[in-house]
Amino acid sequence: MKIRGFAHKYGADVDTDVIIPARYLNVSDSAELAKHCMEDIDADFVKRVKPGDVIVATTNFGCGSSREHAPIAIKTAGVSCIIAKSFARIFFRNSINLGLPVLECDGVCEETDKGDLLEVELATGEIRNVTKGKTYRAKPYPEFMLDLIKVGGLIEYTKQKLDIRRR
Amino acid sequence: MTLAEKILAAHTGKKKVAPGELVSVRVDLVMANDITAPIAIREFRRLGLSRVFDPKKVVLVPSHFAPNKDINSAGQAKLMREFAREQGCIYFEQGQGGIEHVLLPQKGMVVPGYVYVGADSHTCTSGALGAFATGMGSTDIAVAMATGEIWMRVPHTIKLVYHGKLNKWVRSKDLILYTIGQIGVDGALYASMEFHGDALKGLSMDSRFTMSNMAVEAGAKVGLFPVDEVTLEYVRARSKRPYTVYEPDLDAQYAEVHEFDVTNLEPQIAFPHLPSKTRPLSQVGDIKIDQVFIGSCTNGKIEDLREAASIMRGKYVAPWVRCIVIPASNEIYLQALREGLIETFVEAGAAFSTSTCGPCLGGYMGVLAEGERCVSTSNRNFVGRMGHPKSEVYLASPAVAAASAILGRIAGPAEVVH
Repeated sequence: MKIRGFAHKYGADVDTDVIIPARYLNVSDSAELAKHCMEDIDADFVKRVKPGDVIVATTNFGCGSSREHAPIAIKTAGVSCIIAKSFARIFFRNSINLGLPVLECDGVCEETDKGDLLEVELATGEIRNVTKGKTYRAKPYPEFMLDLIKVGGLIEYTKQKLDIRRR
Repeated sequence: MTLAEKILAAHTGKKKVAPGELVSVRVDLVMANDITAPIAIREFRRLGLSRVFDPKKVVLVPSHFAPNKDINSAGQAKLMREFAREQGCIYFEQGQGGIEHVLLPQKGMVVPGYVYVGADSHTCTSGALGAFATGMGSTDIAVAMATGEIWMRVPHTIKLVYHGKLNKWVRSKDLILYTIGQIGVDGALYASMEFHGDALKGLSMDSRFTMSNMAVEAGAKVGLFPVDEVTLEYVRARSKRPYTVYEPDLDAQYAEVHEFDVTNLEPQIAFPHLPSKTRPLSQVGDIKIDQVFIGSCTNGKIEDLREAASIMRGKYVAPWVRCIVIPASNEIYLQALREGLIETFVEAGAAFSTSTCGPCLGGYMGVLAEGERCVSTSNRNFVGRMGHPKSEVYLASPAVAAASAILGRIAGPAEVVH
């Protein structure tokens, strides 16, 4: 699966409160949540973001609350992939479970400017900054996680497991 | 093996597990709240199952926007309540429960040796009981509710050792804020934090819960205290559930060991907008405030209310300050009532409410306007956490919060109590 989109750039410790403030958590509707994605650190994000775009950041992306509303809002806003130096663990799990690819990779954020065109090959973990002509290799997923991503997330994965048990 | 590895090994049927290993873990307890349960229930339905794996091991608690703050939050709470009835899960109605992280240990539902997963990041609070308690998202919790199992990556362990004797007015909140200030908000990313040292020996369970509660603020998966007599006394008085005491091996492998001499430690304040931006009280300067919040799963326990009341007794909050006090559970509310603490707060000019997460996450009951500053005993001070993105939250202990309410600026209790 190949991803192609323009970069939105953030720094370290982007927390789930700024990704989707709690004042909007009184609903669970994905489209409603997406309307307020990144509102408190980047008020124009929702207006700028185009389907397929990529978020790049440095360390500890998605720290704080366990709210799955955060990756739901990002995914529904149109973002196809997040590349960061590191992710907070609950956010990482949530994203994988939802089928939102998140890649750990050094150097990408530092060398990427807002609006650069990025290409990501999920199977190999290869990240290309087309604008700058640079290539990177993300930390590979463990096999189990690849399986999980392949079948479309944790619910599908669990469904298959339950089906096997029922047989 | 470390404490985390011991508990996880016992729940995977393996003799030994090692950091980095991916394992399927049996869970003893699963929890969700009024914000996270609606999505968990939606995902549970997608699995095509009609029943949760064991209704006596699934707990649902309205806490964040409860008593409901608006029509939408009432709808979410209703959805959760109806699911709890349908499934026969354990459910605590508004007015009979409180904030899950304080409530569940109090009700004896979490005991030493448990693996407990909850759809709330502060589920790690129960690590103080020597239980592997960790927060996850709604989809993970849906699968745990359905199957009683969940995948985990065995975390590496960071050992934190505290030496010395704490100064007067220095509490466990100051220890954990100091620790996060030292190691950073990702200093324990993916890790288990294991708390040790002579400085922690006499700590009450209430104080331990505060430290474990904020383990996630350093990025940790779990914040564990080894079980001792203090733990067992707490558990025996509250629970009939069988528990297991695990101890870290003497030759356990720690990824990192941090030793802190806390003898001269001052009360700590975390400045906006990260819990790691800590300063000792003496270096805070003159910071005028608009609001004080004493409560939350971090510091809304009876010990916290007693301490705050002891400082506010016979005094009055500064004329430009709103002080909001919210007990973390209804049991604490009742205890505060019986001890006359509520009278003290109300006489001091504070607002006192039934148990809820309230302002901690900017839900309601004390949302901040643009430019306002709040001293809060809660756990997070991110941008917009308590309201307007241009408001500020300063994290502190209940003692500092109470003193600040009286003086109308960030202040220590020594300035108020003579």
